[in-house]
Amino acid sequence: MPKPENCRFTKTHEWVCLEGAIAVVGLTDHAQREITDIVFVEPPKLGRQVKAGEACCVIESVKAAFDVYAPVCGEVTAVNDAAAKDPAVVNRSPHEDGWLFKLKPAIPGELNRLMDWGAYQEFLKTAEAHAGH
Amino acid sequence: MWQAGRTICYFDPMTSAASLRRTPLYETHQKHGGRLVDFHGWELPVQYEGILKEHQAVRAALGLFDVSHMGQIWVRGAQALAFLQKTNTNDISRIGPGQAIYSHLPNERGGVVDDLIISCFARDRYFLVVNAATCENDFAWLQKQAQGFAVQIENRSDYYGMIAIQGPKALEVVGLDFPQVPKLPRFGAVELDVLGAPGIVTRTGYTGEEGCEFIVPAEHTPRVWERLMTKGRPFGAAPCGLGCRDTLRLEAGYLLYGSDIDMDHSSFEAGYGWVVRLDKGDFIGKPALVRQKAEGWQRRLLGVRLLERGVPRPGHRVRAGGEPLGTLTSATFSPTLAAGIGMGYLDRPDLRPGTKVAVEMHGRQAPAEVARMPFYLSKEIKNAKA
Repeated sequence: MPKPENCRFTKTHEWVCLEGAIAVVGLTDHAQREITDIVFVEPPKLGRQVKAGEACCVIESVKAAFDVYAPVCGEVTAVNDAAAKDPAVVNRSPHEDGWLFKLKPAIPGELNRLMDWGAYQEFLKTAEAHAGH
Repeated sequence: MWQAGRTICYFDPMTSAASLRRTPLYETHQKHGGRLVDFHGWELPVQYEGILKEHQAVRAALGLFDVSHMGQIWVRGAQALAFLQKTNTNDISRIGPGQAIYSHLPNERGGVVDDLIISCFARDRYFLVVNAATCENDFAWLQKQAQGFAVQIENRSDYYGMIAIQGPKALEVVGLDFPQVPKLPRFGAVELDVLGAPGIVTRTGYTGEEGCEFIVPAEHTPRVWERLMTKGRPFGAAPCGLGCRDTLRLEAGYLLYGSDIDMDHSSFEAGYGWVVRLDKGDFIGKPALVRQKAEGWQRRLLGVRLLERGVPRPGHRVRAGGEPLGTLTSATFSPTLAAGIGMGYLDRPDLRPGTKVAVEMHGRQAPAEVARMPFYLSKEIKNAKA
């Protein structure tokens, strides 16, 4: 599964990584640490067409609910049932076993518009990365 | 993620730290990694390591809470008891020196000005612990009612810090330094020397576990915290934030003032009729409460438990057969039951535990049932009640 170095990142703290023609999406380690104690994951429906930036997955901690946004446009081709059954896996393993869903990207190359690991690391140092929580 | 329309944040982000009040344990929280948030104008930790971990520490061993934001009011004088009888729903004559009691301060309409714990140290000396957000208002309300009574009412909230130590091992830990405390009965209260300062310890809490609460001079509070933490650590003690305080109290069926009770809901409607002693003589709001008891009530605070995965939140609507029944006033994920739980005023006071309802959440109708409260009670407390 994806090393952070091989992923792209959104300003809303999702990571996305190409696995052949399919994009795997999850929460960044930074996000899971901020949220802590994830107790509920509601993945998107299989086959759903999502637009980049569209809320499509709900994550709940003990104290609050969070939306997860599609990093790129595409069709939902798989969801992580293991994370729905055992939501704490997103805390334990945000980049591997705790992935959330997979997309078949609709627009080739769209993923490359997102931040790479280095840019995301820089982004985390800014106030914008921490706005609203 | 955090800018989302659906994002719900119960603890306000810290935008105006300058105006926030700090407890005497502020530096302690900072030093030990408490995640500080704005809690009704107080800068307090929502968690240290995590709500689930802290919740489980309190259920399995023990945890320490900074509750210094709570208010402390002394009521002294020859007519202290008569005054408290007039301003409380419960019968304060039932406690003598060394005993505490849970009560409600009623308004004229039978609504609740606040809920509180009153300790008696002498027939003319009572100590009130009230909620943080309501303390100023309570103090003004009590002063207003005190006209004609030979009493002195003193708001000493700034003078005191307060620590709750809770869990099945809490009393064992406290007993290492304060051997008299584990000997107190539940709701016992004692004035004692706490590591060199005059303090008060009550066998009370807000978690559904055994334990006690230390009330000591503010500047002395960090020392007491450090001592209890040091003695508690080998027993599995965890410093705890307000996050698990809420999940623990909700499992235990305890009310949160301002959410589950307020000026517009009576103690009867909240299911706390046992704190209303109509046989004790006159008190504020008694005519309204007598009428309500005779006529019955149209709504009641009932427990709800989700039957599938999901986390109910305050504000979510409850329905039965498509009909709206009411709104959840408190709700969360219960770590002990691993299920969503909540309470809310439902328009059907007659609904029995087990009745199927639905909680409207994120646009779906999640199956749920009316549940008996408390959702959880510790073995120790269950045995004590039996």
